Formats: sequence, C-alpha cells, structure tokens
Amino acid sequence: MTFHPGPSNYLHRSMASGTSSQLAQRRLKIISGHVQPPQAREALSLHPCSAPAASSSIPKRRQEVLKWNGWGYNDSKFIINKKGQAEFTGKRYKLGGMVLPALREWMEKTFGASLEHRTTSRVSLNVNDVPPAIINEGFLYDLKATGISYSFDTEDRVFRAHGHCLNEIFTLREGLFNRIPDLVVWPNCHDDTLKIVELACKHNVCIIPFGGGTSVCNALECPEDEKRAIVSLDTSQMNRILWLDEKNLTAHVEAGIIGQDLERQLGESGYCTGHEPDSMEFSTVGGWVATRASGMKKNIYGNIEDLVVHIKMVTPTGVIEKSCQSPRMSTGPDIHHFILGSEGTLGVVTEVTIKIRPVPEYQKYGSVVFPNFEQGVACLREIARQRCAPASIRLMDNAQFQFGHALKPQVSSIFTSFLDGLKKFYITKFKGFDANQLCVTTLLFEGDREKVLQHEKQVYDIAAKFGGLAAGEDNGQRGYMLTFVIAYLRDLGMEYYLIGESFETSVSWDRVLDLCRNVKERIARECKEKGVQFPPFSTCRVTQTYDTGACVYFYFAFNYRGLSDPIHVYEQIEVAAREEILANGGSLSHHHGVGKLRKQWLRESISDVGIGMLKSVKNYVDPNNIFGNRNLL
Amino acid sequence: MAALVSSNSGYSQKELSCKKKDEFEDILEERRQSSDIQYAMKCYTPAIYKGLSPCKPGTLKTAVLKSEQVQYVIKQLSKETGESPDIIQEEAMEILEEMGHSLRLGAIRFFAFTLSKAFKKLFQRVCVNEEGIQRLTQVIQEHPVVLLPSHRSYTDFLLLSYIMFTYDLPVPVIASGTDFLGMKMVSGLLRMSGAFFMRRTFHGNKLYWAVFAEYVKTIIRKGYAPVEFFVEGTRSRTSKTLTPKFGLLSIVMDPFFKGEVFDTYCVPVSISYERILEESLYAYELLGVPKPKESTSGLLKARRILSENFGSIHVYFGQPVSVRTLASGRINRFQYNLVPRHISQRPSKDLQAFVRDVAYRIELIQIENMVLSPGALVATILLQNLPGMDYDVLVEKTLWLRDLTRSFGGFLDWPGNLSASKVVRSSLTLHSNLMSLVDGRVVLLGGRKEESRLTEELVFQWALSVLMCTSYRNQVVNVFVRPALVAISSQMAQSSRKEDIYHTFIFLRDIFSNEFIFLPGSALKDFEEGCFLLTKCEVIQITPHEIVTDRENAVVSFLAAMFKPFVESYQIICKYLSNDTTQVFTEKQFSSGVQNFVSQLLVTGATQCYEALSRDMQNNALSIFVQLGVVTKKQVANGLTFCANKEAVNKIAAKLGSKIPSEKVLMSRL
Repeated sequence: MTFHPGPSNYLHRSMASGTSSQLAQRRLKIISGHVQPPQAREALSLHPCSAPAASSSIPKRRQEVLKWNGWGYNDSKFIINKKGQAEFTGKRYKLGGMVLPALREWMEKTFGASLEHRTTSRVSLNVNDVPPAIINEGFLYDLKATGISYSFDTEDRVFRAHGHCLNEIFTLREGLFNRIPDLVVWPNCHDDTLKIVELACKHNVCIIPFGGGTSVCNALECPEDEKRAIVSLDTSQMNRILWLDEKNLTAHVEAGIIGQDLERQLGESGYCTGHEPDSMEFSTVGGWVATRASGMKKNIYGNIEDLVVHIKMVTPTGVIEKSCQSPRMSTGPDIHHFILGSEGTLGVVTEVTIKIRPVPEYQKYGSVVFPNFEQGVACLREIARQRCAPASIRLMDNAQFQFGHALKPQVSSIFTSFLDGLKKFYITKFKGFDANQLCVTTLLFEGDREKVLQHEKQVYDIAAKFGGLAAGEDNGQRGYMLTFVIAYLRDLGMEYYLIGESFETSVSWDRVLDLCRNVKERIARECKEKGVQFPPFSTCRVTQTYDTGACVYFYFAFNYRGLSDPIHVYEQIEVAAREEILANGGSLSHHHGVGKLRKQWLRESISDVGIGMLKSVKNYVDPNNIFGNRNLL
Repeated sequence: MAALVSSNSGYSQKELSCKKKDEFEDILEERRQSSDIQYAMKCYTPAIYKGLSPCKPGTLKTAVLKSEQVQYVIKQLSKETGESPDIIQEEAMEILEEMGHSLRLGAIRFFAFTLSKAFKKLFQRVCVNEEGIQRLTQVIQEHPVVLLPSHRSYTDFLLLSYIMFTYDLPVPVIASGTDFLGMKMVSGLLRMSGAFFMRRTFHGNKLYWAVFAEYVKTIIRKGYAPVEFFVEGTRSRTSKTLTPKFGLLSIVMDPFFKGEVFDTYCVPVSISYERILEESLYAYELLGVPKPKESTSGLLKARRILSENFGSIHVYFGQPVSVRTLASGRINRFQYNLVPRHISQRPSKDLQAFVRDVAYRIELIQIENMVLSPGALVATILLQNLPGMDYDVLVEKTLWLRDLTRSFGGFLDWPGNLSASKVVRSSLTLHSNLMSLVDGRVVLLGGRKEESRLTEELVFQWALSVLMCTSYRNQVVNVFVRPALVAISSQMAQSSRKEDIYHTFIFLRDIFSNEFIFLPGSALKDFEEGCFLLTKCEVIQITPHEIVTDRENAVVSFLAAMFKPFVESYQIICKYLSNDTTQVFTEKQFSSGVQNFVSQLLVTGATQCYEALSRDMQNNALSIFVQLGVVTKKQVANGLTFCANKEAVNKIAAKLGSKIPSEKVLMSRL
C-alpha cells in the first residue's frame, strides 16, 4: 500500500484557472470517467418533436456500443493478458490499456480464485432462445399511424429486459430470461409519450419505462406472468436540453438525457447540475427522478429531490405537473414526492426543470489515512456536525483500501516505486498504523480557489484530531476515478467463479459502526452456513454524510466453486444481509430503490398505512396497471 | 496447556459410563505431580476476544460513568429530584466503587497457588470436559461470552476461575452478591480475582440499575472478559436447580439486541459435587436456623473441613449457545430502531418471554450435563427405606436404579472397574457423616433410639439428616421428574383416558413448577417425554385413547415414592393454610406457622414427611400459590402480606390427595 502520485498522465490534475468552457471540459473528463469527448454540438431547441434527437453518447441501438452480457462499453473491460496479468482495455478511461500487476494476486489471495478455473459465458445472445413476442395488433396498428419509432428486434428487446443485478447478468451469460418486452418504442418527445400511453390504455398494453438500464434492484425485470403485450418505452430519444434560464439558474431538459451528456452540454455554457451518481455515464434524468437518485456531490448540489424544480409526468390518467416553477410551495403534500421514487409504476417522466450552477472555478482532491475505521467514522461524524463536508467525502474500510491498491497500474519508474516504499514505511512504521487496520478517506473540494483552500484546511484540521494523516491528492483522485471502472470488474470476476454485488443503506450516526461490523459478520456467517467454500469478500465505505447519519455502501463477492446454485446462494445471503441492515436501524435503500428486489420489506419499512397510501395513489393514477413493472408494491 | 492435555491419562473417561463421549480430564492429577508455585507463576497468555479493546478496571469504571446511558439517567434524576447532577454523579461513582472489580493477575496467581493446595486436600478429582474447553477457547476468540454455571457452593466461582486459568482462558468477571462486602479482606481478594458485586435488590433505584447494567454491558461490548453469573441467582441449598432469575440475563443480551455486538454466546456450565462443602450448613438453613453472616473469621473456622474428603467434582462446559440463533425469528430487532439506544426502554412482552425461555433452556442444559454420582443413587434408595435397610438390598437396588437412571438419560459417573458393592461402599465412606453400615444394615445417622419418645429436638436432629440426604437425592430428581409425574398422574387421574392423565399431569407440573425446571409452555412436550421414557421401560402402554399403567410395576412405585415427599409436603402446607385462623399473614408468620404445624404433625407421628420442614419447599409452595391465585399478595407499608383463599386451597389439597397410592403398596415393593 502506497500513497504516491500515480504517473503524471494518469489523471487530469485539478486546476487553478482556465476559461470556463475549457474548465468545464476538463472537469467533465474527470467526473464522467474520461469518456471520449463529445461529438457535434447540438443547438438548443424549444420544439423538441420537430427537432431530431440530440446526439447522445449512447446510440438508439445500444448494442452498438454496450455489452450484451455485462457492464458498460463493449471496448472497455478487464482481461487477463497473455502474460497472466490483469489489464484494462479500450481508450475510454484513463486506466485503458494499462496493466494492473497486483490485481491477479489480490483475486487469488482474497477469493482463492485461480486462473485455471474459468467459467465461460455464452458467446453471444442466442436469438432463438428468446420467447416469442406477444403482439397486440390493435395497439400496433394505432402505433404505426403515429409514426413513432418502434422495434420487434430481438436484441433491442433483450437489451431492455434487464438492469445490472447479479442474477440478471448471470442469466444473460448462462441462459435467457423467461419474459422480455415484446416491443420497444422510442418516443421523440413529451407528446409522443402522451400518444403511446393513450394507446396503451386503449388497448390494455403494459408499459415499462426504460432510461439508462442501470437499475440494480430488478426494476426492469418483466413480470413473468404478464399476459399482456409489454412495451418497453425507451426515453433515450427525448434527450434535449430544451432551455436554460440563467437568471433563475434552471435548465429544462427532456427526461431521457443521460448524465454525461447533460453535464457536458451544460458545461459548454459554463453550467452544471452537479448531480453525479456513479452511473452517470448511462443513467438518465428521468431515471434519477423515478428512483430518488443521489449524487456523489450532494453536499454541495443536493440529491435529486433537492435539484428538481418541476417535473412533468405522463400517467394513464393524464399529465401531472405543477403550474409554476417557484422554489418552494405550501400546497398540501408535494406532488413531486409521489413521482420521485415511483419507479415507473405511475407513469413516465418526460421533462424536468433542474437547478444548474456555474461550473466551479476550482476543484481539489484529497485523501486522509486513519489508523482504523472507527477513527475514520468519528472524523466524518465531526465533519458532519460542523457541517463542513466537502463536495464529496468517502471513507473506505481496510479491505476496500487494499482492494484499491490491487487496482494500481504498473509503476512507471523506479523513483515512484521508491517513493511508494518510503510512504508505506512512514505510515506503518513511523506512525505505527497497522496495515490491516488503516483506512482511507477520499475528498473532493469544489468552489472558489480561496474558499476551497480554507475549507481544505478546516477538514484536515478536524481529521488530524482523529489521528488522520493527509495522504495526498492523487490517492483521492484515483479513488474517484475507480468508481467508474470498478463496475467493470464484476465481469472479470464472473469469468473466474467470482460473483458479487453492491448494496447500500443509510443509517443514523450512532449506528454506523455497529451496522458495518454486523453486516460483514452476518455475510461471513451466512456464507459458512450456505456452504461457500472460500471466505467471502465483504467491505464497505461510508459514501455520504448527513446531519443525522450516513450512507453506507457495501461490496460483497465470493468464489462460488463447488456450489450448484450460486445465484440462489447469493440471493439468500443478500436477503440475510438486508435483514441485518434493517435490524441494525439501516434503511431499505438510500438511493438504489426498491424495485422488485426489496419489495418484501417495504411494508415493514413504511407501515401498513404507508403501503395503503401508495396503493390508493396507484389505484387512482393507473387503475388498469398499465405501468405494470410491479415495482414497490 | 498442551502439556496438560497430553498428560491426560484418560483414566476418568473409562469411569464415565454414559451417552456423553466427552473425555474428562482430572486437572488435579497434574497438580499432584508438579510444583504449585511454578504453576501459579506460569506464563499466562489467554486466548482473547478478537474485538477486544484492552483497558484497565479503572478505565472501565470511567467509561461507564461517562457513558451516555448513565449520564442520561443522571440528568433525568437531576430534573426529577432537583439535585445537582454533580452530586448524583458522585453517587454513581460510589456505586461503581462498591460494585467494580479490580482484576489483577497477581491475585489470580495467588488463588492459583492457594486453591491448588486447598483443592488437592479437599477433593479427589476435579474433572473437566476437554471438548467443552476446546469449544470455549474457540468461541471466546470470536464473540463475547457469558458463563452460566450452576450454583451449589461458594467454591463454584473460585473453581471456574481456577479452571479458566489452568486452560489459559481469560479469567471471567463474576457477578456476586454484596453479602461478601462484609468480609473486608476476602472481598478485596475476590475483587482482584474478577468479582464484581451487585446488591440483591435494587427495586426502584434507577441510578443503581443504570450503573450496574451499563457496567455489565460495557464489559460485554468491549469483550473485556467473559462475564460469569448464576442464572439461579443464589446457591441452591437443596441441590435442586432453582428457578431462574432474568435480570442479568436480559442485561447481557441487550447489546446483541441493540446491534452493539454481532452475537453473544452463553455457555452453560454444570458443576457437580459428589459431596457439597456446605451440606450441613444448608440443612440448618433449610430448617430455619439463620445463615451465619459471611465473615472472614467464619471462613477461617471453616478450615476444619480441610481435613475431610469431598470426593470428585465434575465440571462440564456445555455447548455454547448463540443468542443470535436463539433470537432468530423470535425477536424483531426493529423495536430498538426508534428510540436512541442509550435510553433504556421497558422490555417488550416478546422480549420478556424470550429471556425467560432462554433462562429455562440454559438451566435445562445445566441439568442435562450434571454428572450424577453413585452416592446420589444410594441416598435416593435409602430415603425410601428409612431409617435403614439391608446392605445387600441397598446394593441390589442401587444397581437397579443405576440402570434406570441411564435409561432415562442421566449422566452417571459409575466406576466401571469396580464391583457394585465396592461402589456403594465407597459412597458410604464418602458420606460417612450421614450414613453408616452397621451389622449388614445401612442406616441414616441422626436417628433416635427405638424406645425413646419423639421430641421436637429429636425431630430437628432427624430432619437435619433427612434434609442432607435429600440434597443428594435432589441431584437426580430432574432426571426422573417427567416420567414420575406421568406415573403419578396415571395413579391420580379419574380414568386411564389420555386427556384425564394429561390434565392431571398439567396440574402437577403447574403446582411443582417452582420445584422442578420445566420450560414454560412446553407441557405437552414434557408429557410426551415422560410417556416415552415410561414406554421405553415397559411401564406403560399407550393406546389411541388410553394410557395403561402397570401399577404394581417397580418403576412406578419407585417414582411415586421418590416424589411423594413433594406431594405430601404441599398437602400439608395446604392443610396449614386452610386451618390457619389468621386472615392476613406475612411471609415470616407463614414460615414459623408452617414450621410449628409440621413439627407437631411429626412429633405426633401424624406424618413421616420431614421434607415439609424445608423452608425451600414452604417458600416454593407459597409462591406458586400466589402465582396460581390461590393466595393473594398485597404490598403494604411495611412489606408484603398474604391472604389465602381457603376454598381454593382445599381444592388443591383434595386434588393432590386423590387416589394417592397407599404407603403399604410402596413399602412392599421397595
């Protein structure tokens, strides 16, 4: 474990000055995982339906750039190269083309994985396995008349049949889903959506809205017993910024725009929303609203519920929206909160007015090492108490810290490797930190240069009181960069009998430590009881701080060699882990949502009356269950 | 420790003839062969809890004082009473000072040395089940551990700490009663060896409760040391397991329920004495001669017992029980989510039921793992043949009882390499203060000369012997209680219909639920177990609707005779309550009243039931009558008063008396 700067070309450094557009460009590269620069700029348009869809980073035919059986872009993945070393392919990410010498050993050591034991995915999607489409002739006839784009293509349908839960990806690799959408439609604008929903009501067709497809709670899974035709309503062609209002600092956008495109396009005008969920390369504004998303930098910009000013949603009963864009209203329960987190059960979000901010002048990463997780949590709690959390602050436990080090690219010079050694010596020997105890916090500061520096000092001073040692900008920066590539790692693991998943919760401060410890222990115990042959990898990080508590994010993976039904075992363990979370005062979800994965606990989470309220809303808005994905209830 | 294990000769294992496969190791054997000083000064590096945050006893106290829990209560009290928080905090500190242990290695070593000497003098063997030690070693490293030994003697906790030290396990901190505080030097020593002190009662003293609970919980949370306490609450004077107390058990489980620890393991420990150090002391106490207040000089006087032989001790460390596993599916931990954890809440109904259940389960495990000695069998037989019997018959019946005990699942330490006669003879030698062999007859000592007239004094003398003898019979009663109650029910019931017998069984089980340990709510299971065991030895036959009992069967007669003193005592107590003319009485009045009543019956020869003199029996009866609503309890200014519902009492007496087998039949069989 080392605390040195990576190769200088590794990541863009933070910058002190620059023109706002340059600055925005550069910043975006960092935050969006160094995706290739945008294609042609689109003119802003107020008449979306007549205008062509804006160019998007993800094409209408998703299969052209995205994997059919894994995370992310086709050209980006972890592989074990001919020398037996791990490598990340492609040029999209800065890690692309780099060798990660420590990763293989880490996998072997942590999981008991071995290069000799491989699993193989199906080579490609077998078109013949796909269940035949149920066709509603009347709906199709009327749909054709509207001129709205649609497809029966098998790949199109399968690509919209799933999110990224372990069981979904595993199913793709080994077999196929029993039920997938029968038809995909691409409305071009709000009015198109209105027409589709009207036709669906008329012909009793089930609609499942589809945004970026990054769900991790089985929200996109088609109910197997759905006898009606299922239409996947893909919002991707509704992806324009309709207008910017610089006086009020708002932007009106179509719900299908994906995070990276939104930030890039706003950045060209010197603005950003600052909403950066880890999935922002693929997820859409509509998806954020429908799942109550949370962004990494919520400390400055807020979570999605703080960011939206106005939402337009098409439901079977009509369009729901507010009559003004005022900042706050006392008009009974906020109708936005029926929409936020509705998970596609009530309608489809078509347009959103969202807050924007000028792109910050200055950004600075940082990191702090703590002797142990307890001290780290105490420090975060104090920072939250003083309400001085930087844009982002994340605390990784020891296992995750070591994991991060396994993902270090090859060191380019003897000098840096010497520096590595020196830092390690300083931390572990001179400062007496136990390498198997210490943990690290990554920080991201944003704002005016002067304020950032002041803020930085304040945070480091607090950290020092809890035994924290500043560990450099580069470690921090690398941590955030890894956020985007870590999602790719599961696909490599699955090649070697490793399966895993992440899950999250939020919990009050006094219970953070107990919850983290108990959940990890519960996972270990359940693995043992379920016959998992190797010790599991379970690790957590505190990813968000609030006045009263924090968001905790877990990774859990294990080597399933010797198990006949690994997915079932995995699911049982995840259920146990969730029960442990709930028993320790954690929430059912902080930002992933409920979907179908966590439905079983919703009643005890929000009480019988709560469920009744949600049901009565559903019954009023969608009495025929047109939006029939069966999430939540 | 490795040396100790390998040096085990396996000598004791061969003697232990029962279902358990565990090897027992005699830890005194090693002590008899090597230096006690070296042993006491050995390198002691116990296996410790993985999450241990080491701290000194003093820091522990400070942590407790500064804890949110205690501070919260201090603030509350300050608001309620208007007293300044500082003064209340000082009070809390005083409580802590009185309570806290001051575990020190030096004291442990001192005890290791002196106890080695004492144990070698007093006992032939101290046998420990090795497998249990291995299980304990493992679990101690993984989770906070609570040791729950049975309590028959003051020796219990010294012995347990001694064993822990011997096996390189962390020495426990022990909850003990404040009665020791009277003995200045001893209490100091005990403190240093890990004892902490709790007042016997602290009803309504919020501060004391908060400080005490937090002290124990802090130890659990920090994994500071295994916590040890006695579920029975106090030493059982009768050798029968006492009904459990729940307070401490619910405290030690609390950190688990609140998620402060992942799990907590309870380890039931059964300590079986072949002969109890305090045997005669207990008999006096049971007869109402007040217990001498613990004093250092009293302890020194006890030195004379050092010259006597007290046989073997078996210490069985049971399977560690995970609180998490026990609670799984029973306790919804959500209930702790909505109130800050430092504010103590009234335990919910389901939690209370759970704690009660666990307590009973622990005691049942203790009972199951008790090692029974041949002497207990001899005492059981002799008690049914007072004042004495032929030696040969005694041997024969003891052998018969040995087989019955085994078939009922009793865990018996019967030397396999000796003849039955030798076994019985060595039991007689061990209990020579109690029974003796004269002219081929074995008699209970303390009896009167045939010709002399019975006086109260003689009754008292005889009662002492009977009660001492009873305490050995009591070591085995829990093995027999279920089949016995079935057998007695089948004699008492209106018919041989299953329901009738079952209802009678439930009645007896309820009446005797303070005498014997029954898991609450499992009457049917107990009944079935009893039936199963009786069927197994072909005493009863179960048809679809009936239970047919062979009334002449030796087992039935034996079981009925074994439990007859309980039935009769309760009848006598009922009779007293129904005769007594005072409308309202205190506990004291009740005790002396019954005592006089029973003495008169004994002097006049109206009864032979000496056990009715036992204070323990009388108190159990009173408390069960209160529970059953037959006697009502009232809180008045200067304590409790009772009032009996005569009609209901008579009803119970009648039920107990119905068709009870006549003495004659019994005597002819045994």
